[in-house]
Amino acid sequence: MNEIPAYTAYHPRWYRPRVSTYWWLWRWAYLKFILRELSSVFVAYFVVLILLQLRALSHGPEAYAAFQEWLQMPLVIALNGVSLLFVLFHTITWFNLAPRAMVMRVRGKRVPDLLISGSNYVAWLVVSVAVAWLILRG
Amino acid sequence: MADMITLEVMRYRPEQETEPTFQGYEVPFHADWVVLDALNYIKDRLDGSLSYRWSCRMGVCGSCGMMVNGEPQLTCATFLSQYLPGPIRVEPLRYFPIMRDLVIDMTDFMGKLQSVKPWIIPGEEKPLSQGEYLQTPEELDVYKQFSMCINCMLCYAACPVYGLDPQFIGPAAIALAQRYNMDSRDHGTSQRLDMLSQHEGIWGCTFVGECSKVCPKEVDPAGAIQQYKLTATKEWFKAFLMPWGAK
Repeated sequence: MNEIPAYTAYHPRWYRPRVSTYWWLWRWAYLKFILRELSSVFVAYFVVLILLQLRALSHGPEAYAAFQEWLQMPLVIALNGVSLLFVLFHTITWFNLAPRAMVMRVRGKRVPDLLISGSNYVAWLVVSVAVAWLILRG
Repeated sequence: MADMITLEVMRYRPEQETEPTFQGYEVPFHADWVVLDALNYIKDRLDGSLSYRWSCRMGVCGSCGMMVNGEPQLTCATFLSQYLPGPIRVEPLRYFPIMRDLVIDMTDFMGKLQSVKPWIIPGEEKPLSQGEYLQTPEELDVYKQFSMCINCMLCYAACPVYGLDPQFIGPAAIALAQRYNMDSRDHGTSQRLDMLSQHEGIWGCTFVGECSKVCPKEVDPAGAIQQYKLTATKEWFKAFLMPWGAK
């Protein structure tokens, strides 16, 4: 380490620092990015959860009751709570980024960003209300 | 006696040391001084051995990009007064090999820039007698934002993808490719596609978005990359669904 390198004019000794494994820890924007990437795992978890729920439903009332009992375990409630937060984070961050990827032009003018992310939120609301109505009407 | 402010400047003298060190310099504080003025003061009055790049000192040439307190900045546009009471830490642009002090090696970027053919590739050459290739203000407006790039490489220093995978073509080169792809006079999109559609091209980008935040010219390279991903996906679907339509 303390060895002084011999200087050779035509072979400059460039210094190349290594990127730390924890590069994302020291800056909120990077941490937010990593959390957004991580949120995909929770999105996948919710998909699996719904598939398991459907499977329990197809196996009859007892299987479904057992599944519901499993859902009520404190650990599962905590896990689902955390997952919900991550899924919301996932949705909101990606909706806010949508205008950057989708550039729409109407009569040569760029559609304002707010209109593009806004339409995503409206679609989200409509789908959520429709699903809530489907479940809660009975 | 004027107020003073301390600059902690990274030094790397490859003929003397194996690793960079920091050297502190006391420079006069003036409200209208930028970091580059302070570096010039050091070079002229305190230590002539300090090496760094600069040219226009007005945010046009893109040579004076450095890390100022850990953020990629054009030092000609970064006022000392933003960092009161100091000290201000000045380092070479992150993720690039350091040649000496604040000077980085930009060969990698120049190669990548050239690989995406950042020039107008006309469909067919017109003879001079037929005049210019005309363009309407609306057609100019489509790509103008991306044409503001000054190749300062701040976006590379902000991009962790480039830091972790130096093969990644990177924000500025892709934004400039997109600038020519979107130019109505250009017909070179298919020639740039091979370079851009590989993994180290647009698909390497995970949309961290920091490149656009640090851009001094508001080019939004992250936006350019995502827009190109959308175009490439649409093209792929079109070719998949209608293979007979392929060229």
